[in-house]
Amino acid sequence: MKCRICGQAASIALRSHKIAFCDTHFLIFFEKRVQTTIRRYALIQSGDRPIVAVSGGKDSLSLWLFLHRMGIAADGIYVDLGIGDYSRISLEKIKAVADTIGKKVYIFHVPDIFQRGIREVAKVLRRVPCSACGMIKRYVMNRICVEKGYNLLLTGHNLDDEAAALFGNVLYWKKDYLWKKDISLDEDEGHLSRKAKPFFLCSEREVAAYAIISGIDYIYDECPFSKGAKTIMYKNVLGNIEEASPGTKLMFIKGYLKELQEMKQRFLPGNLRTDEAGDGYCGVCGYPSGGGMCGYCRTLQKLEIPYTVEFEEYG
Amino acid sequence: MTSNRQYAKEIAMNVNWEGREYTFEKPMLVSRLLEELAITREGHLVVANNKLVTEDHRLQAGDNVRVIRVVSGG
Repeated sequence: MKCRICGQAASIALRSHKIAFCDTHFLIFFEKRVQTTIRRYALIQSGDRPIVAVSGGKDSLSLWLFLHRMGIAADGIYVDLGIGDYSRISLEKIKAVADTIGKKVYIFHVPDIFQRGIREVAKVLRRVPCSACGMIKRYVMNRICVEKGYNLLLTGHNLDDEAAALFGNVLYWKKDYLWKKDISLDEDEGHLSRKAKPFFLCSEREVAAYAIISGIDYIYDECPFSKGAKTIMYKNVLGNIEEASPGTKLMFIKGYLKELQEMKQRFLPGNLRTDEAGDGYCGVCGYPSGGGMCGYCRTLQKLEIPYTVEFEEYG
Repeated sequence: MTSNRQYAKEIAMNVNWEGREYTFEKPMLVSRLLEELAITREGHLVVANNKLVTEDHRLQAGDNVRVIRVVSGG
């Protein structure tokens, strides 16, 4: 297979685009597509002060490097869940990228604050680790944005992440979540930062290729708690459909975005909630919550730990 | 295909997939390798001698091959 642009041996074939590229031209193609997405959906605007949620995986580290290459200054934030070697190695990879691009990373250590790792925190809450992890990450990331003056939180969610989540929401008709998977989420002044997903229309395979060609040393291992997760099953199902019919995932997600815009226009603002704000604010910390105390404060209270949010700063 | 270098004869190529080493006796196309491992093109990338290669690339004797699963998340 030859590169469509230069005729050299191709490194990657993109069947959904019916095109193949060498290393150099794939990087150009990928970066142009993400830039187009950012412009088209106004994900990053002049005057924004973004921060990237980094995990040590290919998606978030690729996004961090991409922003650096595009001249967009963005620090990082990492939540150390206290999952043994997995958390330790992830942080090493993040620090290596931070050193390379000369950016700061804020680190929130779950074991330091909660006096135990995420597995034990989840046990106390009688929730699965992924649920406790999501709650803490959402809280901590918003908190740092508000406290440190970052108005935009960028995440490495890709096309496959979004397609799998949408697939799950449709399968079980989770109406409360169905229209909350937008490419960006509005801010709630003083409480929640704006959020955006620049890789929304890039497949997981494309992002992995970008990371490999760029020489990013990311963590290949999966979070040990993700074994048997439904999301991975949905990704595999969608992967089989994509194998037989290239371009299906992109059509699925582009169709969703179009439908979402129509839904927003059809309903009056406020009748279709696409943000994550609740109906009130936590009496302890001011974070949006469905009513009463937020999940983070409830967790601390349950563990009899006074309210605290502390970050280590690296770089 | 054999795991952990069970063959004493000349090794054609070593393939690392999911942390395990596989040895193949004959050179083959990347597409054939994926078939042998029973994995999809969409869910995997193949790196030969530190370079990403497409499915029509012929892997050669002595190549250092890594198969990378791209699906992640939970």
